[in-house]
Amino acid sequence: MRSNLQAVAISTLPAKRAKRTGKTGSSVYLKTVMAVTGIIFVLYVLAHMYGNLKLFAGHAAYNEYAEGLRTLGTPELPRHGFLTIMEIVLGVSVVLHIYAAVTLWKRSKTARPQRYAVKKTVVQSFSSKWMRWGGLALLLFIIWHLIEFTLFKVNVGSGGQGAQVTQDPFELVVHTFDTWWMTLIYLVAMAALLMHLHHGVWSASQTLGLAGTPAARRYWKLAGLAIGVIVAVGFIVPPLFILFGVIK
Amino acid sequence: MNLTLKIWRQSGPDDRGDFATYDVRDISDDMSFLEMLDVLNEDLIGKGQEPVAFDSDCREGICGTCGLMISGQAHGPEVTTTCQLHMRSFSDGETITVEPWRASSFPVLRDLVVDRSAFDRIIQSGGYISVNTGAAPEAHSVPVPKANADRAFDTATCIGCGACVAACPNASGMLFMGAKIAHLGELPQGQPERDSRVVSMVNQHDAEGFGGCTNIGECAAACPKEIPLDVINQLNKDFRKAKKGAH
Ligand code: HEM
Ligand code: SF4
Ligand code: FES
Repeated sequence: MRSNLQAVAISTLPAKRAKRTGKTGSSVYLKTVMAVTGIIFVLYVLAHMYGNLKLFAGHAAYNEYAEGLRTLGTPELPRHGFLTIMEIVLGVSVVLHIYAAVTLWKRSKTARPQRYAVKKTVVQSFSSKWMRWGGLALLLFIIWHLIEFTLFKVNVGSGGQGAQVTQDPFELVVHTFDTWWMTLIYLVAMAALLMHLHHGVWSASQTLGLAGTPAARRYWKLAGLAIGVIVAVGFIVPPLFILFGVIK
Repeated sequence: MNLTLKIWRQSGPDDRGDFATYDVRDISDDMSFLEMLDVLNEDLIGKGQEPVAFDSDCREGICGTCGLMISGQAHGPEVTTTCQLHMRSFSDGETITVEPWRASSFPVLRDLVVDRSAFDRIIQSGGYISVNTGAAPEAHSVPVPKANADRAFDTATCIGCGACVAACPNASGMLFMGAKIAHLGELPQGQPERDSRVVSMVNQHDAEGFGGCTNIGECAAACPKEIPLDVINQLNKDFRKAKKGAH
């Protein structure tokens, strides 16, 4: 017999009462924050994708659309006013989304300090396994994307840094994507976005209480896949057409 | 059939623990998994060794004490409890890895036995209805529509085994909690405390150190009582509404 056995007993008395997370720190609240900000992103990427498809309408139409966004709401709003409001909403949303994601990620890690030697997954989707690292990849991508097209207007392709390229939205896009590795980066990012939306849209529906029946669950899982595919394909088609010289 | 068992051995809560390998022979297809472990323990006792500690009580799938992680699946490969799992689900010569539930909220007491009293504390925090004792009320005085009664009954079948937590990549207890929220939320008697119940239970769940749900679905797939994933949908919704004092 083993001699080193320790006496053990269990009790249901609330012996150790850990620090409470409170209202806004509770896991359901954080999930809700993630879902609401996630939906703001979904609406945004759908609109953004629609805008990008204007590349097919030609140089003038695309730049007109870009200018239209800058003057939307004028004269009630100053020039660029609508875009500034949107940037603030998105910026705050990104911070909240990441804060909630990181907090829950840390909690999950401490909730299972010792992993299983053998663990089978039964129903977990591939997309859902990649939410955290894929989300991080999206964050890095978004930072680069903003540097490139919004903050500093960097042209990595041919044509140089002259104003005729960097100050002309259509030219900047075309010069970017006729560089093969830029299109490749975007391809990878859109794969990450597809997976994030595949699980994220369904997950948000359950978090917000919209998936109350098995039928609604199936519907939302399908909606997640559909929105993911539509957004990813819609975003990647213009760069591919530029790379292969159809749009120039 | 003959089997090789890789079993987690840990002498107490503070021991580091490790796997030990055992062979068991002449196991019948008709034995339950726990009976197979009984055979192993008889053998170990015969050899003067310490038997493997594991929990069991009813051995008919209704008490929820017997949960084990069997080759990476909570309660093994069938949708049932470990005590109701037949050895015919395994094949001759197979190596089976047996581990305790892994979650910081379910600390290992010894070998395969974990302390699931965190679940009891969640129930104590709000998973009940308050009634005045005295003469039993007339059963027909509070009608319950059939659909609600059925769902309340289905979700009331949760036995608190903890397989949902064990299977969840986040070690979240939301399916367990959602089952209770759905069960009491379907019934008229559950309405007065509906808002306070969900808030207290979620608070206690978080305080116990369970992880947050990311809607993966491993819990519902592992649940021996087939509690559906939509109870978590209701939990989330009730929690949000409770903040507005809706119910
Ligand atoms: C900035 C970098 C991002 C990070 C680090 C990130 C991370 C995460 C994580 C960890 C989750 C939780 C996953 C789960 O519940 O399983 C999540 C959920 C979600 N994300 Fe993101 N994400 C990012 C950007 C985005 C973007 C750009 C979109 C939309 C286009 C988006 C939409 C969503 C949606 C809809 C959800 C579901 C919310 C829920 O679970 O209820 N995220 N994100
Ligand atoms: S919900 Fe299912 S898996 Fe979780 S404790 Fe209840 S019976 Fe066990
Ligand atoms: S021993 Fe009671 S459910 Fe298995």
